[in-house]
Amino acid sequence: MPDKTKQMPPELKASLRAGFNEAWRKELRKSLPVKERMKIRRQKMPERKPDLRNKHFKEVNFGLAVKNALKEAQRCLDCANPMCVMGCPVGIDIPAFIKLIEAGRFNDSARKLKETNSLPSICGRVCPQESQCEAVCNLKKATGVSVAIGNLERFAADFERDSGKVFIPKALPPTGKKVAIIGAGPAGLTVAGELVKKGHKVTVFEALHVAGGVLVYGIPEFRLPNKILRAEVEYLKRLGVKFEMNIVVGKTVSLKDLKSDGYDAFFIGTGAGLPHFMNIPGENLIGIYSANEYLTRVNLMRAVDFPEYDTPVFKGKRAAVLGGGNVAMDSARTAKRLGAEMSAIVYRRSRVEMPARAEEVHHAEEEGIEFHFLTTPIRYFGDDKNRVKAMECLRMRLGEPDSSGRRRPVPIKDSEFIMEVDLVIVAIGNSSNPLIGQTTPELEVGKWGNVEVDWDTMATNMEGVYAGGDIIRGGATVILAMGDARIAAAGMHKYLSSKK
Amino acid sequence: MAKIIRRERLVPNLHLLEIEAPQVARKCKPGQFVIIMPDERGERIPLNIADWDSEKGTVTSVFLVVGTSTQKLSILRSGDEVPVYVGPLGKPAEIKKYGTVLCAGGCYGIGAVYPVARAMKKAGNKVISLIDVKANYLLYWEDKLKAVSDEFFVSSRDSYYDCKEFIPKVLKEVVKTTKIDRVISYGCTYLMYTCSEVTRPLGIKTIVSLNPIMLDGTGMCGACRVSIDKKTKFACVDGPDFDGHLVDWQELFSRRKSYFDDEIQSLCYWEKENFPKS
Repeated sequence: MPDKTKQMPPELKASLRAGFNEAWRKELRKSLPVKERMKIRRQKMPERKPDLRNKHFKEVNFGLAVKNALKEAQRCLDCANPMCVMGCPVGIDIPAFIKLIEAGRFNDSARKLKETNSLPSICGRVCPQESQCEAVCNLKKATGVSVAIGNLERFAADFERDSGKVFIPKALPPTGKKVAIIGAGPAGLTVAGELVKKGHKVTVFEALHVAGGVLVYGIPEFRLPNKILRAEVEYLKRLGVKFEMNIVVGKTVSLKDLKSDGYDAFFIGTGAGLPHFMNIPGENLIGIYSANEYLTRVNLMRAVDFPEYDTPVFKGKRAAVLGGGNVAMDSARTAKRLGAEMSAIVYRRSRVEMPARAEEVHHAEEEGIEFHFLTTPIRYFGDDKNRVKAMECLRMRLGEPDSSGRRRPVPIKDSEFIMEVDLVIVAIGNSSNPLIGQTTPELEVGKWGNVEVDWDTMATNMEGVYAGGDIIRGGATVILAMGDARIAAAGMHKYLSSKK
Repeated sequence: MAKIIRRERLVPNLHLLEIEAPQVARKCKPGQFVIIMPDERGERIPLNIADWDSEKGTVTSVFLVVGTSTQKLSILRSGDEVPVYVGPLGKPAEIKKYGTVLCAGGCYGIGAVYPVARAMKKAGNKVISLIDVKANYLLYWEDKLKAVSDEFFVSSRDSYYDCKEFIPKVLKEVVKTTKIDRVISYGCTYLMYTCSEVTRPLGIKTIVSLNPIMLDGTGMCGACRVSIDKKTKFACVDGPDFDGHLVDWQELFSRRKSYFDDEIQSLCYWEKENFPKS
C-alpha cells in the first residue's frame, strides 16, 4: 500500500499558491471576516423523509439549494495552507472550487473540479469525505464542524449538468498513441478522461453491457441515480472516448491481441472479483447472497421491476446483512426498500470500527435498519426446500488491535443464539477479479490475486501495462480507485510521451 | 449488439442458435460457454458453445426452451439482434490423449459435448459417443457426432433404438465390456449426476459441465457457486467442467430451483404480454 504520510508534490503546492494569490480570491477573503465566516452554521442538505424513502429507490438527498450553497461556501476560510487538498486522494484544489461557488461562478467551479476529477457529481455523492478532506479541514479544527466539501462538490457538478452547458475541454492535438482501458468502472473512466484530454486515442473495454462498473451494478439508485452516471459517461464520449461493451479482456481478446491491434498502453481496472464468504456450514443455502450478486440483480438487472424485467431477486421478510461497510449499508437499505419487515446489519465489531460512510450509517438508522454489533453468524439452518430460515450467531467482545489497527473481535463462550432470517447478504468484501491474472501469465499477481504495481506510477511488471482500483487493492472505495487512476494516467502519459 | 445468423428448431423444444460474433469465434475452445441476454429486459443466461466457425465468425449453441429467456430466444429470426453476447467464458475442457473417452450427452448437452468429442478424437483418443434421448424423434446431430466417434450408442425410452433404458444403465453395460479411461458427461443435471454415480465405484474419472444459475459470468457475483469436494467454487471461472465425483449434486439441484416460482410468474407475465387472447 502507498505511503500515507506523503508530502504535497511541489507542482501542486505552487498551483495552490498561485490560486490563493489571485486578486479575486484576495477580494473575496476580505469581503467577510474570518470571525463572521466561523459563525455560519453548516448548511443541511435536504433529504426525503426516512419513512417514505425506505419504500422506493429515489435519491435520498436533494442537493443544496443555491442560497445554501452560497452560504456554505462562505464558511470556507480559504486557508493559506489548505489541509483538505492533502486529504483528497485525487488532490482537488478544494479552496479554488469552493471560492468560485462563493463568487457565484458555479459553472467555473465545476470546470475547476474537472481539471483534477473527471467524475465530480459521483464523488460528491459517494466519497467518504468525513474521513478524507473534511477530516483535516482547518475549520473543523477551529469550530468542530468542517466545511461540507462533498455537498459543495456535488452542488457545482449538478449545477453545471442541469444548466445544459457542460464544458467540453479542448483536447490537445492528437498524439497518434492508442490506449486500451480494461474495465469501465471508476478507475477506468478516470484514466480515460485524463488521457483523452492529453490527445491520446482511448478505447474502454467493458465486460458488462452498461458502463460504470461498481457505480452501476453496486451502488443503488437511491445513492447514485443512473442518470447521473449516464451523463458522466456521455461526457467522456463527447471528449472522444470510445466504448466497446461485452468484451472480456483475457477471454474475448487478450492483452497480446490488443497489442498487435496497435495499442501502445494499457490500464487494467477490472475491479472486484470473487466475493468473500465466511465458509461456515449452510452458506450455499438458497436465500444467501453475496452483496455483489444481490446488488447486481437489483441495480444492473433491475430485479426491482420484476416481472417486467426478467431477473428475479428474493424479497425477504427478515433480512440480515453481514458486514459494516458501505456495501453492507447499501444492501440492508435495498432489502428494506424491497419490503423486508426487519433488515439488520450484523457486524462482528462495534459501531466505531464500521468502515461505512457516516452519512450512510445515519441514513440507514433513520430508515429503520437494525444494528447488531459484536455479533457473528456461525452456521445457517434451512427448511425442507433448502431455503435459509435461521442463523446461529455468537456474541463477540473486542480484544487487542490487529494488523489493521482495529480491535480484534473475540468470541464470547456460550453466547450462541438463533436469529430467524429468510434472506442473508454477505457483504464482507471481495478479492480482485481473477480473469486477467488467469489469462495473462506474464502479469505479476500477489497472493490474493491482486495485480502488483509500483505505487508511484501504477505500472505493473509488464511494459506499458498499468493498473488501479480494486484489481490492485481487493475491496476498496471508488475514490481510492480514482486516486490510483490519476497516478496511473500520469504514469501512462509519461510513458507514451517517451515512446517513439 | 450481436446478430442472429440462424435460429432453427432442431427437434421439439430444442433450438439451434448461430450468432455472428467474430471475436468470440476466434477464441472458442471446447467446453466453454457464452452469456447471452435475449433483449434489454432479459436475464443474462449461460449457453454452452456447441460449435463455431472462426472464418465465418459465427458461434453456435443449442438450448432447451424452459423459461422466459429461452422462450424469447426461441422466437428470434435471422437478422434479429441480441444486446448481450459475451464470451467465450469458463475454462476450456481438458483435451489430452487419455486412451478411450466416452462422451455422454443428452438434451442441449448433445450439442455441447460435440466439440469435446471432436477435439478428443483429434487428440488421438478412441471416442465412444453415448447419446440419451427420450424418444427417437428427439435425436439431433447424429451425423455430426458419428463423424467424430469410433462407436456410437443411443439410449432412448421408446423401442426405436436397441437400448430402451436411461443412459446410466447403458453406460453400465458399455463399461463392462470396454475399458474406458475418461467419461465426459454434458447435459441436464440429472444426467450428469447419474453418469457420475455409475462411474464412481469403478473409479473412472468423469468430467461434468455444471449449469448453475449465473449472472455476470466473469467471477464477480458468486451466484454460480457450487461445492466441489466440500469447497465452494465458482462455476464461471473455476469451471464449468468439474470432476463429477466431487460435486455436491443435491446442493446443485436445489440451487438451480432457487427461483422456481419466480420463473413461472415471469413466463406467465411474458406470455400474457406477447400472446394476448384474441
